[in-house]
Amino acid sequence: MRAIVLALGLILHACLAAGFPVEEEMLFPAPETERRELSILSTTDTGVLRPLIAAFQVREPDVAVRYTVASSQAVYAAIHDEGLSFDLVISSAMDLQMKLANDGFSAPHDSTATDRLPAWAHWQDRLYAFAQENVVLIASRSGLGGLPLPQTRRDLIELLRGHPDRFRGRIGTYDPELSGAGYLFATQDARQSDSFWRLAEVMGGLAPRLYTSSNEMITDLKQGRLVLAYNVLGSYAEPRLAGDDDAVVIELEDHTLTLLRTGLIPVTARAPDLGGQFLDFLLAPEGQRLLRDEAGLPRIDEAALSRGPHLRPMRLEPGLLVFLDGLKRRGFLDEWAAALSQD
Amino acid sequence: MRRAPLSLRLRLVLQLLGIAAVLAIVLYFTVRTVADQAAEATQDGVLGAATLAIAESLQGGEDGVGVDLPYEAFSILGSISADRVFYRIEAGGQTLTGYEDLPLPEAAGAAVAPVFYSRAYRDTEVRIAAVNRMVLVARKPVPVLVLVAQTRQGQEAIAQRVAQRAAALGLGSFALAAVLSLLTAGNVLRPINRLADAVGRRGPHDLRSVDQPTPAELRPLIFALNGFIARLRGALSRTETFIAEAAHHIRTPLATVRARAEIAMRQSNSEETRETLRAVIRAVEESSRSAGQLLDHATVVYRSDRMADEALDLAKLVEAQAEAFRPTADLKDLTIRVTGTDQPVTVRGDRPLIEAALRNLLDNAIKYSPDETTVDLSLATGTEARIEVSDRGRGLSGQAQARLAKRFARGKNAGDIIGSGLGLTIVEEVAAAHGGRFELTERDGGGACARLFLPLG
Repeated sequence: MRAIVLALGLILHACLAAGFPVEEEMLFPAPETERRELSILSTTDTGVLRPLIAAFQVREPDVAVRYTVASSQAVYAAIHDEGLSFDLVISSAMDLQMKLANDGFSAPHDSTATDRLPAWAHWQDRLYAFAQENVVLIASRSGLGGLPLPQTRRDLIELLRGHPDRFRGRIGTYDPELSGAGYLFATQDARQSDSFWRLAEVMGGLAPRLYTSSNEMITDLKQGRLVLAYNVLGSYAEPRLAGDDDAVVIELEDHTLTLLRTGLIPVTARAPDLGGQFLDFLLAPEGQRLLRDEAGLPRIDEAALSRGPHLRPMRLEPGLLVFLDGLKRRGFLDEWAAALSQD
Repeated sequence: MRRAPLSLRLRLVLQLLGIAAVLAIVLYFTVRTVADQAAEATQDGVLGAATLAIAESLQGGEDGVGVDLPYEAFSILGSISADRVFYRIEAGGQTLTGYEDLPLPEAAGAAVAPVFYSRAYRDTEVRIAAVNRMVLVARKPVPVLVLVAQTRQGQEAIAQRVAQRAAALGLGSFALAAVLSLLTAGNVLRPINRLADAVGRRGPHDLRSVDQPTPAELRPLIFALNGFIARLRGALSRTETFIAEAAHHIRTPLATVRARAEIAMRQSNSEETRETLRAVIRAVEESSRSAGQLLDHATVVYRSDRMADEALDLAKLVEAQAEAFRPTADLKDLTIRVTGTDQPVTVRGDRPLIEAALRNLLDNAIKYSPDETTVDLSLATGTEARIEVSDRGRGLSGQAQARLAKRFARGKNAGDIIGSGLGLTIVEEVAAAHGGRFELTERDGGGACARLFLPLG
């Protein structure tokens, strides 16, 4: 199934004339006579949201859905720089979404579904979170060879320092330079505690492998190329590692970031009402249930946050803009590069 | 046509409402202004703090100005309200980072404290804080300008909420004031209404001064009213005294004229002269009777204001009056038949008034009775005392008693009998003064029947 989608996506990609790097584009034709088309630009894989699109089309049988997947940077640039027209923009890069909303690229939207959201899950009436995902550490038991599973960053640093040979070349994490999500995680980690920089220095001495997606890290861990992968999206890791006895998903106890996957309706939308309708569907109880059960994305749940005192939800606030500042970004990446190549 | 002036209550209520409305509007705008200023001051404070925090992070060096945007500076801007944030850092005329089109302040001074101004920016309106700093680059001072801008949707939302509350407050206080002004108007006007009531409730002859307790403001009115009443009372009393004296002064010479005429008649041999003198005597008699009635009437009017209230035996009074009229009755060969006076019937009242009434009843009956008939005078008691005088005269000829009892009114069929028309008026007024009543009806078999009812004492 996944292969077919991918194949279709690649074919469509070839046909696409848009001037930005599309990873996949999929058209879900209307079940009945097509009257309207909803175009969604998203960083989320088509496979994840497919059940929701299908359920949405059962309700609105005259709507065709064009679903375009791109990297978070490309999604941001398509709206912010190129002014392309989409009815809904879904992204896990909270900072870039926040900047789109802050800079006025997001149209206001209000409904009973959005009214139900807790205050921390939306920014004004322009940016709405529909899933909350923890950023986790994944480890391979066989790769650790009986070493204890780290529960905090301090444990992790000691583990890496104590057994450099075991971990050399077998630790994976995001490349913050290339990946928007990786940059967001790294900067938020750095805000949360100083242990991040010590961890970076330790990892730097162990020739880490740098990735641009969680899925690649999960694949490499499953295939034994990695022992540890730091800052992986739990929503991707948990379903894929569910049947794997060797792999463990660890929420570090000193702090575990919680990412909000957000949607916004661009001011350039051709059918903003359709975009709003789909957003409301994602936020409504049925959509939230489908997200959890079918798409594997944890729903917006205030209780989960109070149950996990180690969870640090990233807030939708102007602070997210700070690390997007050119100077600030340069400074941070320089420091990251310096930490990684200290030897 | 003159328009009737507005009622005092309406005038008072309208004026109080006007004042309440003005106060409510003033309250609304005051609350709004104060709240707006407070909200703006708060947001300016936070915005200024964020701007200063960024300015503090500026660093000099050999290659240029360095800035490390503090996360918290931006984070705190989102803590009060979800507003959009823009910033711009300019060093030596070049935009170092941020939004290059963010408007600069008009006067760029070396301000240590932030300067605030509002501008239209992009699709919205922003409040901007600007701070100037000198930074040493390669040992030369370079001016750096830090701008942080924030939309004011949060503040507007607060202002809107405050405006709603203020409007509710204004309306509420207006409604309260409206109720209170109605109550106040009622309260203020109550003494006036009480006074009007007290004066309005008075009987037609009640000319006592008003001694209602009233507020100081009404005292001149009471004073004037009492003065007016006193003058009226004086005038009435003078009039009645005048009439009484006039009647008295007329009666005495009339008696002399009559005596002289009778003597002259007896001495005269000429039938013609005697006839003339008889006419003179009749006229004198009638004038004397009219004078008597005028005197009676004046007495009734004068006394009914300050009536005596004593126990009287009607039986005795009726007997006495019947006795007094017997000589007059004998002249016409009339019989006065008195019944019901064998036991006392007590009423409370004023003796001269009741006597005047009885006198006039009997006088009327005798005057209208043909010769050689009987006048029935009966006294009876039931729930009230009843004095009935019946004659065999010409009756009422179908005219209503109400008209006959009017002062100076006489029956249509009374043309040939001399009378002033005051008699029945006097009877009716005495009855009213004693809380009784007077009836005049046709008598079965011809004649009239007059009944005077008086409450038992």
